Amino acid sequence: MSASTTTPMNSAVSLLGPAKLIRLLSNLQYPAMGITGLLALWWVGGLLIENNENLSAFSAFAPAPAFHALYDLVASGEIWAPITSSLYRILVGLTWGIAIGVPVGVTIGYIGVALKVANVPFQFLRMISPLAWMPIAVMAFETWDSAIIFLLVMATVWPIIFSTAHGVRRIDPNWFKVARNLGASGTQMLRRIILPAIMTDVMAGIRLAVGVAWVVLVPAEYLGVTSGLGYAINDARDTLSYDYLAAVVLVIGIIGYGLDSVCNLLIKRFNWHAE
Amino acid sequence: MGASLSIDYVTHQFSPSAAPTLKDIDTRIDPGELVALIGRSGCGKSTLLHMMAGLLIPSQGCIRINSHQVSKPSAKWNMMFQKASLYPWMSVKENAALGLMFAGLQKAEAVEKVNSLLDMLGLHDKKDVNVQSLSGGQQQRVALARSLATDPDILLLDEPFSALDAFTRTALQEEVPAICRERGITMIIVTHDIDEAVAMADRVLIMSQNPGRIVDELEVGLPWPRRHMDNGFQIRREELMNRFKGTDTGLQGRQQPITTQQSESAA
Ligand SMILES: Nc1ncnc2c1ncn2[C@@H]1O[C@H](COP(=O)(O)OP(=O)(O)O)[C@@H](O)[C@H]1O
Ligand SMILES: [Mg+2]
Repeated sequence: MSASTTTPMNSAVSLLGPAKLIRLLSNLQYPAMGITGLLALWWVGGLLIENNENLSAFSAFAPAPAFHALYDLVASGEIWAPITSSLYRILVGLTWGIAIGVPVGVTIGYIGVALKVANVPFQFLRMISPLAWMPIAVMAFETWDSAIIFLLVMATVWPIIFSTAHGVRRIDPNWFKVARNLGASGTQMLRRIILPAIMTDVMAGIRLAVGVAWVVLVPAEYLGVTSGLGYAINDARDTLSYDYLAAVVLVIGIIGYGLDSVCNLLIKRFNWHAE
Repeated sequence: MGASLSIDYVTHQFSPSAAPTLKDIDTRIDPGELVALIGRSGCGKSTLLHMMAGLLIPSQGCIRINSHQVSKPSAKWNMMFQKASLYPWMSVKENAALGLMFAGLQKAEAVEKVNSLLDMLGLHDKKDVNVQSLSGGQQQRVALARSLATDPDILLLDEPFSALDAFTRTALQEEVPAICRERGITMIIVTHDIDEAVAMADRVLIMSQNPGRIVDELEVGLPWPRRHMDNGFQIRREELMNRFKGTDTGLQGRQQPITTQQSESAA
């Protein structure tokens, strides 16, 4: 009888439990402090700019106008088009990065000599900023879009390759021996043993790759294309709408954080290591 | 049904310039026989067992199972190692069913088939748990289920219980030979524990070191199940110990294996 009269509110509390709820809130306490600190810095910076005659043209960078502009962008729906374009490019670039990076990583991780051969050239290529490929990319690809995606692939393959190779090298050799002993074929070894064994490392590589790709994407979108968040920033600068510029910067940060959190969740999901 | 195993003049060097690890090993094991292979650490027991499993090919001579030369691993002659080496991304039942999945069965079908095996090995309430939460003994039971699931003719055990606590070890020393006898599986266990050899084997092969060769053997000939406290057990144990010492010191240069006529005095 009492069970049937529980209100949704009560059941939510009992689902979480008061102790859990308190723990959740206290977990949020430190991030909240960090965010507050950041906002305070921004606010102080805004005040300094406003009170400096040389800079006062940029006073729209302050939090209040920026949040106002953000509200406008979201309310009018204007923000969704650049977000979709940017995320689409990330998705395509990352897909290629995975499609190339995982097989290459498995190969050089599995064949010890291949890793020794590939190590120096790959480390060398990895240290070149993806943006440095821009002139080549522009010449090599017909559209700006494919040039940008090429840059994203250059940004994403290396962390995926290295992380995958590292994962393969870390596989317990007994796992191969046991599987061989049970009559595993080459493809079965790959599907049932190697891929699940390296999944955590691959996901960690993807997380790094997403971080780099997101950072590279915005400057890459300054060039040529007429869509995406990088373009939106450029556009806001050209029209001197600094409040909108600041709002787009906020969006970039929020989405970047969101992408990283998704990767982190996936890592947890695929992680088979005991806590 | 168990298979016969024949080791034909096996000599092995890990590199062409190295001294042979194994030299002129030539012996036969009957279908369904339970054999223990004892010897000091580093004498080549694991090397020989890997060859029987098809995981290593001898540089000279060959291994035959039912008179077919062993050239690659097969789930029909299955090896169990000191470490269970379970796959942590699979549940207990999936680990046990792995060999069947490699043989082409669907996962559901394979898992269904290992059910009774897991029950028999006392893992009925562990089928769905993460293998990392199991004790060492339970993990080794899962590894045993994994090895038995493919209905092997030969079970090869490489010091499989040496990392386990005494209770679990004693229990498995009793269970494994019982299972093998019931199913007619030929069992070869490598151990450096003389008690384990007497507890589990019909016949004990004694290996010497540098190079590794089989220098002596002993028929255990005790009834099952074996009790460590029994008089017969103690006598067998003493005898094996003496033989082992005999081969280990002073008699290093002995070339011919001593085949046992003197071991009828058992029982
Ligand atoms: N893969 C290998 N390469 C070179 N030497 C090896 C290899 N495996 C084993 N050995 C050597 O062969 C000898 C026998 O090893 P092993 O068969 O493991 O002995 P046991 O199992 O009796 O302790 C040892 O001296 C060991 O160092
Ligand atoms: Mg060994």
